[in-house]
Amino acid sequence: MAGQALSSPPAPAEAGPPPRRTVREQAIAHARRRRRRAAAVRSVVRLVVILAILAVVLYPALWMVGTSFKAPDEVNSNRGLIPEQFWPANYPDGWTALPSVTFGRFFVNSAVIALATVVANCFSCLVAAYAFARLRFPLRGMWFAIMIATLLLPSHVLLVPQYVLFNYFGWINTPLPLIVPKLLATEAFFIFLMVQFMRGIPRELDEAAKIDGCSAYGIFWHVILPLSRPALVTTAIFSFIWTWNDFLTQLVYLSGVENYTIPVGLRMFQDSGGENQIGPMFAMAVLSLLPVFLFFVAFQRLLVQGINTTGLKG
Amino acid sequence: MAVSAAVGPGRAGSTGKARRARWREGPAGYVFLSPFLLGFMGITAIPMLYSLYLSFTNYELLGQTYDWVGLRNYRDLFTNDPQFWHAVQVTVLFAFVAVPLKLAAALGVAMLLNRERRGTGVLRGLFYLPSLIGGSVAVAIIWRAMFDRTGAFNSLLAVFGVEGKPWVNDPDWALETLMLLAIWQFGAPMVIFLAGLKQVPTELYEAAAVDGAGPWRRFRNITLPMLSPVIFFNLVLETINGFQGFTSAFVLSDGTGGPTDSTLMYSLRLYDQAFTEYKMAYASAMAWVFLLAIGLLTVLLFSTGRLWVHYADEEGA
Repeated sequence: MAGQALSSPPAPAEAGPPPRRTVREQAIAHARRRRRRAAAVRSVVRLVVILAILAVVLYPALWMVGTSFKAPDEVNSNRGLIPEQFWPANYPDGWTALPSVTFGRFFVNSAVIALATVVANCFSCLVAAYAFARLRFPLRGMWFAIMIATLLLPSHVLLVPQYVLFNYFGWINTPLPLIVPKLLATEAFFIFLMVQFMRGIPRELDEAAKIDGCSAYGIFWHVILPLSRPALVTTAIFSFIWTWNDFLTQLVYLSGVENYTIPVGLRMFQDSGGENQIGPMFAMAVLSLLPVFLFFVAFQRLLVQGINTTGLKG
Repeated sequence: MAVSAAVGPGRAGSTGKARRARWREGPAGYVFLSPFLLGFMGITAIPMLYSLYLSFTNYELLGQTYDWVGLRNYRDLFTNDPQFWHAVQVTVLFAFVAVPLKLAAALGVAMLLNRERRGTGVLRGLFYLPSLIGGSVAVAIIWRAMFDRTGAFNSLLAVFGVEGKPWVNDPDWALETLMLLAIWQFGAPMVIFLAGLKQVPTELYEAAAVDGAGPWRRFRNITLPMLSPVIFFNLVLETINGFQGFTSAFVLSDGTGGPTDSTLMYSLRLYDQAFTEYKMAYASAMAWVFLLAIGLLTVLLFSTGRLWVHYADEEGA
């Protein structure tokens, strides 16, 4: 229907020496030239379209930053991007807007939980990934399949029983329910990412270390750990950003204001009449996203690669 | 790519020597696996079974009761809880509208960006940025303000002479506002599409152009089939994520699922039953219904996927 070229299977990448140019290939070359000319015109149109879409996509983020610098009486009259009057006082106002506790407290709480999660995830997932990628042991295939299955498990199913469990331990209103599970390799995404990465580390290195008298522990320590740094960095960045943005579990487990993290604190700000203080609230929203944004700028390439290797969500 | 990569680790040989080696490394393997095993048992498997048990009781966190009531919670859910059915409707509508639109936006922009030239990396990163921050409370707060009566969106409409609405407070439009926030985060599937597009051999397009196939024909007959495994992967991932949405709906509706329950996502209802009403048993039943529904949906997606997902390596067999 669409011509025989469409139904022929894709040519293998390396297919011996190139044959002589046939009539068909000359036609292809001709088409290529013609398309190149048309492409030059099209690429300008394409760029304009891309930039237009980009402007729409970035508008909410820019509007947030712009509004965070608007004076109180300007917030409702000027809904545009640029403040008429630069009003940085929103930042200190927002910082101290809530009674009894400042946003500094929320930042410290969020940072403690996020950093602990980073360390816990890196350790526990690396160890598990090493077992899956390199060691041979009975039932390995079954455990691997179970690990993959937990990737698709909705977290809602665990919310209630885990709450009951941690309540029994007396851990409610402490950061423990948010950190301890990460020490036990419950983030299967990262195990999977690391397994994929370790499969790319040449096995000859393991063999060489084994000949030099290394045990499975020695190979882990001297070969796998140092070579897994890129995967560890990716895990660390995603762990940090996800934990920083996480809301549901922090909302469930942290009940006292002194233990609130940024998302829960922001939500409280909104609840306590923040609607009437758009400027200060937006200022705190901007501050809360600043660490994520800095990570994005510093590690953009790694983040995009991380999604590509595992398909994990941002 | 990611889909086909999700297969088990290399099978160890079944010769006697390999089996001996497997047992020799066995202890080390289980030592390294022990955190995972402890976590899987203690924090995933046993709590799941416990929640299944809870769903057959009348346990309430603050109450005194803890009796076996059989299927009563499930019967109440299906026959005696209009809010439950409403939440199901809202969630299904949300996922079935927002996910296809999000994937369409992701594919469209990915195809626009699928040219190697200077600046492509930066553009790709900028389109990805919303996926990184979109799930946060901060962005949900911004979104709420943007689609308020006095928000930026209405001032944009005013430029075109259209009179706006209080979108987030209008029962007819609140869910659409929520969908738009989900679609806005099309960057993550876009990045996956871009990786998939790179795998499509350019010879196919050139050959098709020689045969006189126009852009639409090339898209329909080359891009879509070659990309179908990636489309499928994104579809499964985004649908499952779409069904679980919580933060945006919670913040946009002030935790109520309002106005008039128009944004009452399933997870919001579950949260409300478990942590506002403390009806742990009832919430457990909701969670298990949810798990079964997601499981069924995944099976359904995979079985229909057979009909349209085209794996290049299966061809010509």
